[in-house]
Amino acid sequence: MSRRRASIKEVRGEVALFRRRALAGFFLLLLGLIAVCSRYVYLQVFHHDEFVTRSEQNRVKPRSIPPARGLIYDRNGVLLADNVPAFRLEVTPEQVANMDDMLQKLSAVVPISDDDIVTFKKQVKLGRRFEGIPLKLKLTEDEIGRFAVNRWRFPGVDVVPYLTRRYPLGPSLAHVIGYVSRIDVDDLNNMDDDEEASYKGTTHIGRIGIERSYEKLLHGEPGYELVEVNADGRTQAVLDTTPPTPGKNIYLSIDVRLQKAALDAMAGRSGAAIAIDPRNGQVLAFASVPDFDPNLFVNGISSVDYKNLMTAPDKPLYNRALRGVYPPGSTVKPFLALGGLTMGIRRPSDTVLSTGEFCIPGQSRCYRDDVRGGNGTVNMVRAIELSTNTYFYRLALDMGIDRLAQWMGSLGFGSKTGIDLTGEVEGVLPSREWKAKHSKAGWYPGETIISGIGQGYWAVTPIQLAHAVATFAGHGVPYAPHLLMDTQDGVDAARVPQSFPPTGPSVIRKPQDWDTVNEGMIAVINSGAGTGKKLGIGFPFVIAGKSGTAERFSRKSDAYDNNKNTAYLANRHRALFIAYTPAEDPKIAVAVVLEAGAWGAADSGPIARKILDQWVVDSGGARPTALPPGPITLSDAPAEAAPVEDAPASAGSVQGAQPAAPSSAELPPDDNGEDQ
Amino acid sequence: MFANLSVRLKRFGLRLLTRPRLDLPLLLALFLLACAGLATLYSAGNANLSLVGGQAARFVLGAVLLVVISRIPPPVLRSWTPWLYMGSTALLVVVAALGEGRGAYRWLDLGFMRFQPSELLKLTMPMMVAWYLHPRQLPPGWKDIIVVGLMIAVPAALIAEQPDLGTALLVAAAGAFALFLSGMAWWRIGLLVGGAGAAIPVAWQFLHEYQRNRVRTLLDPESDPLGNGWHIIQSKIAVGSGGIFGKGWQHGTQSRLEFLPEHTTDFIFAVFSEEFGLIGVITIMLLYAFIIGRCLWIAMNARDTYSRLLAGAIGMSFFVYVAVNGGMVAGILPVVGVPMPLISYGGTSAVSLLVGFGVLMSIHANRKLHD
Repeated sequence: MSRRRASIKEVRGEVALFRRRALAGFFLLLLGLIAVCSRYVYLQVFHHDEFVTRSEQNRVKPRSIPPARGLIYDRNGVLLADNVPAFRLEVTPEQVANMDDMLQKLSAVVPISDDDIVTFKKQVKLGRRFEGIPLKLKLTEDEIGRFAVNRWRFPGVDVVPYLTRRYPLGPSLAHVIGYVSRIDVDDLNNMDDDEEASYKGTTHIGRIGIERSYEKLLHGEPGYELVEVNADGRTQAVLDTTPPTPGKNIYLSIDVRLQKAALDAMAGRSGAAIAIDPRNGQVLAFASVPDFDPNLFVNGISSVDYKNLMTAPDKPLYNRALRGVYPPGSTVKPFLALGGLTMGIRRPSDTVLSTGEFCIPGQSRCYRDDVRGGNGTVNMVRAIELSTNTYFYRLALDMGIDRLAQWMGSLGFGSKTGIDLTGEVEGVLPSREWKAKHSKAGWYPGETIISGIGQGYWAVTPIQLAHAVATFAGHGVPYAPHLLMDTQDGVDAARVPQSFPPTGPSVIRKPQDWDTVNEGMIAVINSGAGTGKKLGIGFPFVIAGKSGTAERFSRKSDAYDNNKNTAYLANRHRALFIAYTPAEDPKIAVAVVLEAGAWGAADSGPIARKILDQWVVDSGGARPTALPPGPITLSDAPAEAAPVEDAPASAGSVQGAQPAAPSSAELPPDDNGEDQ
Repeated sequence: MFANLSVRLKRFGLRLLTRPRLDLPLLLALFLLACAGLATLYSAGNANLSLVGGQAARFVLGAVLLVVISRIPPPVLRSWTPWLYMGSTALLVVVAALGEGRGAYRWLDLGFMRFQPSELLKLTMPMMVAWYLHPRQLPPGWKDIIVVGLMIAVPAALIAEQPDLGTALLVAAAGAFALFLSGMAWWRIGLLVGGAGAAIPVAWQFLHEYQRNRVRTLLDPESDPLGNGWHIIQSKIAVGSGGIFGKGWQHGTQSRLEFLPEHTTDFIFAVFSEEFGLIGVITIMLLYAFIIGRCLWIAMNARDTYSRLLAGAIGMSFFVYVAVNGGMVAGILPVVGVPMPLISYGGTSAVSLLVGFGVLMSIHANRKLHD
């Protein structure tokens, strides 16, 4: 204490003390600085490589470059599916701290639908956290602008350019091309790792139709680029690029002019019309009515649009040509006749007496002809021409259901035709096996009889019918119908034809068999008494064909139904028509099915004819003169339906009634109305 | 008038060379450091010239203040000391009162400028300790140590309460260094340091949660790589990837691509380390060591106790900046808001540092003449 109170300090000692302290302090501080420096040595020398790697991992990210999807053309190079530039909103979840909060703030800038958010969140859950996941597709310019202003608020969110699909022809080929739509969680789950890698950066995948069947051709292979990113994940520079391989372009065998002619001729009536080149199985036209606009689906269909399509009574999304099943009715008769010849059960000259009723020997149950009193004595050609039921009842009975099923099966009935579209159905080919699977009852002879005229268990898709008629027209050589014609690597490359060899040898044993049936089908169109007797007028080639009218409902009573109102009948009937031309050397085969048509020949026949007319024009011929107005024929009644006499006197009263307008008995002009 | 000016300049130059008021080696070291700081800032700020210009302007302001203060003789400074200390501590109380319930509150808004009163304490604290010890018999006994301890503890606690642990640390260290230089017995130092070490678990209880998290994150940054660990991880990546020779000026990807947070302020030394490598780090560290050593040399030649203690304490607290910031950037010390002196962007720190060196220059100018 006394030392501190001293008024005079001991200065010299204090200075020496300070010096020692300063030196000691400096020494300690130097040690401290050396300690800090040694930490830098540790980081910068001994762990340098590790941190270089981590710095590069920070900075350099691989990005996949999605390939441009292959374009789709018709056989003449008309563009059917196009890629157009668009912008989408993409989120890298890893860079978003609070996803819900971000989405809420973002939707104040760019409206985002609940559907988008649900899809997005599902994909986020899949764990692709370090990649951009599309949130909203096809931004409007306004949305892009508003986001650009607010971009800084949303790290991890980017506007990304991409190519979106456009179908310039809209609905007319919807059932052929189908559409692409956003890849969803199920798609990803169904992919193996390699596939998933090849879809990195791709937002769309073929959903149905050609887009789906040829997904592998159209998709291409993604490229990669190494990009330098900043901490927000925004690209600063591209360091290295491996370009993607674009998908192949596809040329379909479809001829859009023929397709349009088919659709025009259908005039909105539900059904299907298919044209096939019998020489190679190429599908020239493939119309399923009604149709829909595939463009709606590409960037996510709105729930209102989707509900409208799903609830529409005529089911526009339903591909009738591929999946609709109908009783073929009398259209099976030429095929059955060919079977009779091939099996040696019938000679062309064998005749049958048609009395208007055919009864199984020993049974009281009888089956009717179309015409009261029958067609009299008919041979095979005449039986096809007049569609004489009795002839085919007997033929079916003689053949037996087993041989019938086997023969018709060889023409493709009861199995998928193998067309290059997904979702095809098998239909029903009547057989013991089929019945055993679906019923406890055994096979009855009566069922064989009605199978002979395309009724009973029969269920045939339009593509099966077209396939069968094309197979016949092509002298029995079966080709799986196909839409793919050529592929192409890029627009400037040559088209590479795709070969689709026949699926088997010709089903025809002797050329004369074919000639006989061909003669019958020519007579249908060209004789004075044929069921399609006006369809050939003014056409430069010989058309061969066969009508079919099948009942939609089973008959309620045994009585003849004398109601001849076409609207009434259209409600009850399905109208079918098959045709090919030129008859001596067929180059096009057509099948038409109307879900609601009074008569096969009268309603579906003109549609087939219009397709053939267009085909003549497309092949370089002059447009054939149009059909004369008036009824074609009425003699092709549904098998068990009321017999109907030949064309009624009241000309012009039969055509094209719409099922929707049963009261319009006076009938508006239909597809034939264009000629005076 | 021009003639007059040129005569005065000539005279000033002559004096500068023959018997300079300003210590040229120290000035040169500070100048080099400032240049390195501006160059790093140019790179870290992505060639933002207004950023660099602003910082350069602060350096100029600081240099002017340095020259002005160097003209104030230490006895005058000493006579002002209690008032300066009490004034700056009172401002801390004002800030604490104003900041009631507002979270971190450090600034005082004077209308034309905002400043942190805690910055003042970095200088007034060692001044006060030196003032107190100046007339006393050294080495100090327990009574003086306790008085000095209270002088240190009150403002330091107020600053830590703001909360600004980094500045509190710097202020306390400045006072403690003065005490250390006064010759406080080693066994007493050992006792206090041991006691402080034992008090750490207690102090832990008084830390804010965010401060505790910083320490926890330091111990295991990878446990929270996107949150609290982000700074440390990215900073270590920047430093480590720089290697021995660095990536080159303006080629540091960590800062350019904004992976490194605070890359112009607290973490600017990571940018420097990334771009100039270990060679650059050691060069800068040598420069800092030289400055500290030069300060202590000035202190040793100072005229009286007050000057000695003050000069030494300012020099040694300079080390705290360097070690704490350097350690933080390299991931061995927690993230606290201590800038790298004269390299980090930020006005208050640069100006207050240069003011401190102004005091040193004054002490140097009034050094005792050699016998």
